[in-house]
Amino acid sequence: MAITQVSRVTFGRRRPNGFVITAIGAALCVALPVLVVLGFMLFSTSESWSHLVETVLWRYILHSVLLSVAVAIGVVMIGVPAAWLISFYAFPGRRLLSWLLLLPMAYPAYILAYTYTGLLDYSGPVLTWMRSIDAPAWVMWPLLEIRSIPGAAVMLSLVLYPYVYLLARAAFLEQAANVMEAGYSLGQTRSQVFLRVVIPMARPAIVAGTLLAVMETLADYGTVQFFGVQTFTTGIVRTFYGLRDTAGAAQLASILLGFVALLVILERLSRRKIQYYSDQNRRLSRLAVTLTGWRAIWAMLLCAAPLMLGFALPTAVLGYWTLFYAEGGALWSLTLNSFVLAGIASLVVVGVALVIAYANRLYPAPWLSNVTTVIGLGYALPGVVVAIGVLIPFGALDQWLSRGLMAFGVEPRLWISGSIGLLIFAYTVRFLAVANGNLVSGLSRIRPSLDHSGRLLGRTQSQVLRQIHVPLMRGSVLTAILICFVDVLKELPATLILRPFDFNTLAVRVYDLAGDERLIDAAPASLMIIAVGLLPVILLNRSVHAANHD
Amino acid sequence: MPQIMTESVMDALTLRDLTLSYAGDAVVHGVDLALKHRELGCLLGPSGCGKSTLLRAIAGFQALDDGEILLAGETLSTPNAMVLPEHRGVGMVFQDVALFPHLTVSDNIAFGLTDWSKPEARTRISELLDLIGLQGLDARYPHELSGGQQQRVALARAMAPKPKLLLLDEPFSGLDTELRGRLASEVRAILKADGISALLVTHDQREAFDFADRIAVMRAGRIEQFDTAYQIYHEPVSEFVAHFVGPGEVIDASVSGIRSVSSPLGELASDSDFGLPVGCPVHVFLRPDDLIHDDHSPYRGRLIAKHFRGAHHVYEVQLESGVVLGCLAPSHHNHELGENVGLRLELEHLVVFPVKRLCLREDCVNARCTGCPA
Repeated sequence: MAITQVSRVTFGRRRPNGFVITAIGAALCVALPVLVVLGFMLFSTSESWSHLVETVLWRYILHSVLLSVAVAIGVVMIGVPAAWLISFYAFPGRRLLSWLLLLPMAYPAYILAYTYTGLLDYSGPVLTWMRSIDAPAWVMWPLLEIRSIPGAAVMLSLVLYPYVYLLARAAFLEQAANVMEAGYSLGQTRSQVFLRVVIPMARPAIVAGTLLAVMETLADYGTVQFFGVQTFTTGIVRTFYGLRDTAGAAQLASILLGFVALLVILERLSRRKIQYYSDQNRRLSRLAVTLTGWRAIWAMLLCAAPLMLGFALPTAVLGYWTLFYAEGGALWSLTLNSFVLAGIASLVVVGVALVIAYANRLYPAPWLSNVTTVIGLGYALPGVVVAIGVLIPFGALDQWLSRGLMAFGVEPRLWISGSIGLLIFAYTVRFLAVANGNLVSGLSRIRPSLDHSGRLLGRTQSQVLRQIHVPLMRGSVLTAILICFVDVLKELPATLILRPFDFNTLAVRVYDLAGDERLIDAAPASLMIIAVGLLPVILLNRSVHAANHD
Repeated sequence: MPQIMTESVMDALTLRDLTLSYAGDAVVHGVDLALKHRELGCLLGPSGCGKSTLLRAIAGFQALDDGEILLAGETLSTPNAMVLPEHRGVGMVFQDVALFPHLTVSDNIAFGLTDWSKPEARTRISELLDLIGLQGLDARYPHELSGGQQQRVALARAMAPKPKLLLLDEPFSGLDTELRGRLASEVRAILKADGISALLVTHDQREAFDFADRIAVMRAGRIEQFDTAYQIYHEPVSEFVAHFVGPGEVIDASVSGIRSVSSPLGELASDSDFGLPVGCPVHVFLRPDDLIHDDHSPYRGRLIAKHFRGAHHVYEVQLESGVVLGCLAPSHHNHELGENVGLRLELEHLVVFPVKRLCLREDCVNARCTGCPA
């Protein structure tokens, strides 16, 4: 055999190519809003900063921190007991509840907030009934005051506790039965083992879940805006639009980013500990204590309560409003708008994520995996920050373009900043990490030895991709598309800020109607968002189950 | 080396002065190796000795810093040019099995048979299924097979296109000990039946003994010895090889003649010249089976531990010098711990290494000798 094909390019040493350049480009895109926002912090000399410090800054910090702490307490108080009961006890309905408890994830917090506000209205059914039975004022008063920091904390806790529940349940399940048995054999009672072994071992997972919930809390715009709670996100939008103070908004955003960065670091540290505590050679079978009588009913009620309040009750209310009260309107054209936008965006996001994942696979260099780590941090960027960080540079570019083209007699207009393209760009920045995470975990299951086997059995690199990777990656790619689709559909602040004039989506419509206090009319669009939002929750539950039965 | 040049046409695989690096560090240094046609070779060494990198280079997944790789006399790799993996005609079985999870057993085996006609491919597949003893399981998916079955399918898949050389990268290390030994002999029989040349990488000497015609013992990127299992075990060229391939102990001795040393166990005679000057301090390497317990021997030591093996005991006997030696004792010689027991040497071949210390004597003729008394 002669040397038919000679190549200096081998697996170990590969020149950067289109894949790698795309990966770097994507990392720069994700970094763009952050760099823009931080640039204002470092280089802007505007007077607005001292004005912000004197007036609103401390209020924003105080409210954001209060809300975060309240949500952290809330999600732990709901998520950990539920995970504990589901993991260690047998009672009627346990299997069903174990995944029904994930359903509130389908709710964007703002829809829950609108629904409860409508439900607890002074003239609404709940308070009308309470007045009819002369309920004491201390019961009715907190319900009337839902538009407050505690109210927002309750709404956010009800939709964010599944993060803690999922991670805590996984940690409980992954604890080797023999570690607990070792505790019993050393003379510890059941509750001592729980406090001294089970909880300490699950703590990193609980902390990680809580930090994720707090990140979502800091990113929330719809709920706090509707409840009139002045946090960073509402402050940024108010400064940007209300005061027309770009520098001030960017500086507020960079402080918010500082908080988020702190959370990201803490979360990474906890995650590292999770690996450390989970046992590879675990023996999962353990005897669950069977609960009977009142104890079983209490366990059921405790697990059913968050499900009722976070999903069943609001969904029933939305369904009722949709069927009997809501004014029709343009639901179908809104749905079409939303689906086309989410469809295009999720295809773009997953396409870019695929290129990045394969760049890492085909060009394994440490600096490139650092680039990917940067992309992976995108999940922590609040939508408001992304929107502002994208709008500022492209808005400036538009002005510059318009000025330049006016010389040729072209009418000035927003070439980029009012386009669907920029909206999709922002979605890519925001959701690339989500897609990337899914694809990387899918790709890691195709070990390099599979590629090598294919090559040694006579396939070229591209044949290996077609014949081995395409069939094996199909599931991960579809999952990533679905998750991005739903995330785009639910995303409110970035859509609100960047959408083209007169372009409405379901989420924007719900926001507008709620803003006009037409909460009942918002029900059909809300239900549509939630119905689609249920798909990834079901998928998530299936993958968790598959992982447990591996 | 002109001798290798002429022979290499006949060899299945030739490595010449191969130098490789991994993540910037040189891990293989100037390795030469020739594997005959139909020969089953083995690279044996501790983890990190460069054996897997060497295998990757032969497969075409690793660039060369220096040297050359030839397959049946044709150049595969030089520092400047490499035949792509898919054009090499080299098969490989991986440590993690690497079966394609989306294909059935027969589709996995057929994966490399794209250039074969349908009937030919079908014949080859059923022939291989017979060979690996998995007839009737051709429609199963990999996850429906046991670990040992998966590894056999991986072997069949790699053998299917009749590669000129088969590489096996620790293919048994994921299996339990008993299965590992059985599979190594089984795979040897399968490969011999198919008349294929192969190179196995492992860190387990028993696996190497079960599998290979010749074993190359590697250490820190160099091949210390390439020989049959018998020679490596009984005539190791270095203390590293001696210790790596089986149990044994070293006793201090000094050269007392052309073919003899004096030791705490008396004057020991060798069947060949050492080439070391009289008086040179040496280590004599003794395996447990070189020493027999004998009540009548004048050489005695204290019994400090014993391990019952059924057919015999392995005694640990401490000599006056403090050295502890292993020795075999008949099953019914059940001495108490602490007893003084007799030892007798039963040697075919005396394994002697010069003590490693810089030799200062100018008239010392042996380059290996590093410690003659002044």
